[in-house]
Amino acid sequence: MQLTVNGEPVELPDATTVAALVAARRSGHDRVAVAVNGGVVPRSTWETTDLAPGDTVEVLAPTAGG
Amino acid sequence: MAAQTADLTADLTAQLAPALAREEQQDPFVIAGRTFTSRLLLGTSDAPSLDVLERAVHASGTELVTVALRRVEAASSSALVEVLDRCGVQLLPNTAGCRTAREAVLTAQLAREAFATNWVKLEVIGDEDTLLPDPVELLDAAEQLVDDGFTVLPYTGDDPVVARRLADVGCAAVMPLGAPIGSGLGIRNPHAIAMLRAAVDVPVVLDAGIGTASDAALAMELGCDAVLLASAVTMARDPEMMALAMRQAVEGGRLASRAGRIPRRFSATASTPMAGLPEL
Repeated sequence: MQLTVNGEPVELPDATTVAALVAARRSGHDRVAVAVNGGVVPRSTWETTDLAPGDTVEVLAPTAGG
Repeated sequence: MAAQTADLTADLTAQLAPALAREEQQDPFVIAGRTFTSRLLLGTSDAPSLDVLERAVHASGTELVTVALRRVEAASSSALVEVLDRCGVQLLPNTAGCRTAREAVLTAQLAREAFATNWVKLEVIGDEDTLLPDPVELLDAAEQLVDDGFTVLPYTGDDPVVARRLADVGCAAVMPLGAPIGSGLGIRNPHAIAMLRAAVDVPVVLDAGIGTASDAALAMELGCDAVLLASAVTMARDPEMMALAMRQAVEGGRLASRAGRIPRRFSATASTPMAGLPEL
């Protein structure tokens, strides 16, 4: 299925969970947050939330800021 | 040099401690029920390295440090949070880059997930050139976030009326700018900051525009409860030394504010008594 992850088109297997996407993307970050289609996906539901074709996903991590 | 600076910090803290400790006991700096002994909040952006940032955090004595969220590919190394955790500071996520209340509320909710904190430095920018806050969107976002259980610290202009509105909707503090973000111009309108301080009952944290130590001292002398700065330290030639300077400036300004300055006069007043002056 085709999705948009962090602004880029991405091909993922059907029924990929948010948890699987985070595991593939987290780059060592523990404090990650995920939004799907403009809504927060709580960490407690990552394992049980399947992504769907056309979803727009943001996977975010801590960065330095003022 | 790091060791010398650390010794210097210890010496000067020892000198200042009794008067400061007494003042902090009488009138502590409290946000949302948490008491801070440091009145300096530090941003983490633009430090030349994590090692330099860590030394600056220690030298500043800060207990509250701002961070942000970005797409994972563009984010800092995961070592950033490890370093800040090692420093023992509380993380204050910001909503930098947001231009609408909707974006800011969602960013704050994401930050709550990522950092497991309901504290947020709320930024809603209304102009790309000046990075001045948008008061309409800011107030809207603040109200929504307070209702959602957040401890909201909004970055705002130096308008006392907007600050009062932010306090009225339940913000835990207000954080007026001294000058545009990153400008280092200091406090361009000290009178507005003093009026804003008088207009609200919540803590006032001077945020943005600090360039050097005297700016931070002035903020405290104007009655601000704390100072938030980032690039003035992280982009200084020696961030660790500047962090120490800012710490001392905040402490000095605080003490000066509490000590009560002498009135300004237009003419001289002899400081040596005239009585007993010999006729020569």
